[in-house]
Amino acid sequence: MIKKIFFQLIFFNLFFLKEVFAAESGGMPQLNPEFWISQIFWLTLTFGILYIVLSKLILPKISVNLELRKSQIQENIEAAEKQRESSEAKLKEYDDIISKSKLEANNIFKEARENVVKEINAKKETLDKQIDKEIKKVEQEINLLRKGASEKINKIAIETTSELLVKLIGTEVNNSSISAIVDDLSKRNGDKYYGN
Amino acid sequence: MAANPMTQFEVYRIGPEIKLGAFDISFTNASLFMVISSLAILVIFNLGSKKNSLLPNKIQLLAELSYTFVSKMISDTAGSKAKPYFSFIFSLFMFVLFCNIFGMIPYTFTVTSHIIVTFVLAAFVFIGVTIIGFIKHGIGYLKLFVPSGVPIVLLPLIVVIEIISYLSRPISLSVRLFANMMAGHTMMKVFGGFVISLGVVGGWLPLSFSVALTGLEILVAFLQAYVFAILTCIYLNDALNLHH
Repeated sequence: MIKKIFFQLIFFNLFFLKEVFAAESGGMPQLNPEFWISQIFWLTLTFGILYIVLSKLILPKISVNLELRKSQIQENIEAAEKQRESSEAKLKEYDDIISKSKLEANNIFKEARENVVKEINAKKETLDKQIDKEIKKVEQEINLLRKGASEKINKIAIETTSELLVKLIGTEVNNSSISAIVDDLSKRNGDKYYGN
Repeated sequence: MAANPMTQFEVYRIGPEIKLGAFDISFTNASLFMVISSLAILVIFNLGSKKNSLLPNKIQLLAELSYTFVSKMISDTAGSKAKPYFSFIFSLFMFVLFCNIFGMIPYTFTVTSHIIVTFVLAAFVFIGVTIIGFIKHGIGYLKLFVPSGVPIVLLPLIVVIEIISYLSRPISLSVRLFANMMAGHTMMKVFGGFVISLGVVGGWLPLSFSVALTGLEILVAFLQAYVFAILTCIYLNDALNLHH
């Protein structure tokens, strides 16, 4: 109930205000021209001073402050960007150095390996040559021995044959005929005995 | 204070009567609050612009935020051509805002609740804008009253309407601010009167209204200053860019 009355009062008040404003009744001190000139004068004076001081002294300073801050922040950002770039470049350089040194190490390793392989091959060759030489020497000796051996065997065979004949028959047989037979035998069966 | 809600708007002389020729320019309570508002603005913005630290302190932040707020408002509504008039619009906005806000303190006088004050401010704007328009565009500024794309038959009527609307700008500008401030303060006074007359039993409801109205009035104080400034920007835009 009371609330309703209040709301009505608010509305009536608004209407009342509007009517006062519309009627321009004497109830409004605003419409009393007694101090109008004074108000105009003081308004012009204070507002004028305010405008002059603000526009000449204060606002340029604020503007400069804002610009300075903006440029300073910009500069800082640029400096940070530059440093980032330089650090990136350094990182790249570092990577380059590392990869280069890796390549170099690889090369050195390869070279060393090749050298070692070459050396080993050279040594192997000389060794092979030496071995071949010795084998040839030994073969020649063997050949010599083999050649000598057949003659010696023939001789032995002739002597033993003549002695055997002396003992068996009691007569000496001509050495030359024995040797002819032995030679003939050895020629025929030499392959069997010497394995050639 | 008297029970009449209109007595708060009365102007009275402070100190002796000062005469300039035939005119009475005595220092009044209205003059006092104009001086206080101007001084407050100057002190706050002087403190806010004194030293420039990379990380602004509170008062510097306040000054710089106001600066960017007003400059953004101007560039949004009137474009970059309006830059030379920045200080005027800034002063206007701050003066109206501070007068409105100072009026919200109990037992103070609201300068902007007087039609003559708001009318003089609006007249500054109107005359200034008209002069700027004629300087920028010469006699071509009158094209403002002839909108393009209007049938020739309607043109005389439209031109008359445009002229009337142009001439009524200072009146609408001043009356808007004055009426808002006066109505708000009268309402608050009326509700305050209800609190007293209804006493401890019934006074709580109007008291709560009074509290809510105080918040609303602070909002209105800011809003009306903003509207005053932004309308000034719009008028300035008409004068500078002339595309109607």
